[in-house]
Amino acid sequence: MAPSSNVLRLIRWSAWGLVGLLAAVSLYLTLQPGPTQAVLGGPFTLTSMTGERRNVGEAEKGRPYAVFFGFTHCPDICPTAMYETSQLLEKAGEAAKDFRVYFVSVDPERDTAEQLKLYLSAFDPRLIGMTGTPEEIAAVARQHRAFYRKVPTPSGYTMDHTATILLFDRKGAFFGTLDPKESQDAQLAKLTRLLRS
Amino acid sequence: MSTRLRAALTGLLIAAAPLAATAQTAAPASSIALTQPWARATPPGAKVGAGYLVIENRGAAPDRLLAARTPVANVVEIHEMAMEGGTMRMRALGNGLPVAAGGRAELKPGGYHIMFIDLKQPLKAGDSIAGELVFEKAGTLPVKFMVMPIGATPGAGHQHH
Repeated sequence: MAPSSNVLRLIRWSAWGLVGLLAAVSLYLTLQPGPTQAVLGGPFTLTSMTGERRNVGEAEKGRPYAVFFGFTHCPDICPTAMYETSQLLEKAGEAAKDFRVYFVSVDPERDTAEQLKLYLSAFDPRLIGMTGTPEEIAAVARQHRAFYRKVPTPSGYTMDHTATILLFDRKGAFFGTLDPKESQDAQLAKLTRLLRS
Repeated sequence: MSTRLRAALTGLLIAAAPLAATAQTAAPASSIALTQPWARATPPGAKVGAGYLVIENRGAAPDRLLAARTPVANVVEIHEMAMEGGTMRMRALGNGLPVAAGGRAELKPGGYHIMFIDLKQPLKAGDSIAGELVFEKAGTLPVKFMVMPIGATPGAGHQHH
């Protein structure tokens, strides 16, 4: 009986070993960032400032584009960023003719399509306002790893939000950011590189 | 008239002098000096705007900007803005903005500002906005914000460094 019980023990240990190995492998695969988690940005659909639904992935197929998260009840950063972006687009010249910057509102409660259209009329027409339901905005922000949060003020609320402009290449892949603190020359160099890529 | 009474009267006159000056214009005798007040022009449809200026406290006691008023906005608050790792954060200053004795507070883009909320009309470059700033000690001082273009940066119109 002794040899067969040894064999059984061997089988049992091997079986447990296999279970352990499988567990380790599956844990490893789970923890590995999958392709869906690694992607920043990608196609998204929201309501554009002209009122129609727009799939940005489709609309910008084969063209680089940019995404900015902001809101129109923003006293400083947003108008300044949009003004500077307008200037940048002008400086980039012919190469930026079809380049679009999507201004995604993080305040869809107050930023209707009409409000965005009115607000952005002060800037370059290549800036496109986008809004949607709070759930849609939350999903698009997550997709772009953009942060925003409602903050109460004595008279209502304001929004904290990511203020960098995200750049995407003609394949829709994340290319880099334009930071409000960067010089315009640095931003122009980056934009030119994107347009040539 | 006793010398003591005379001294007291003189003291009163001296104390009253800044008040009388305040009632006129920019209060030259006030311990608080307001320089280069400006506001950024707003895009159409914008419901908020921001005003900036430098507040100098030439007095011997600390003071505090408690509130601001202007007829062009229904609500005016004093806010602080900060960029933290690519995120813009803004807070209302509940206890006002302190200005140390002999010190200054600079309200400028990217930092402290007077926030005009629920604007009754857009702020147009070239216009000026009348308003009042209320200080804890210096009282209410008149101020006139020059409206600069949307792209204006601090010191765009003046040099003050």
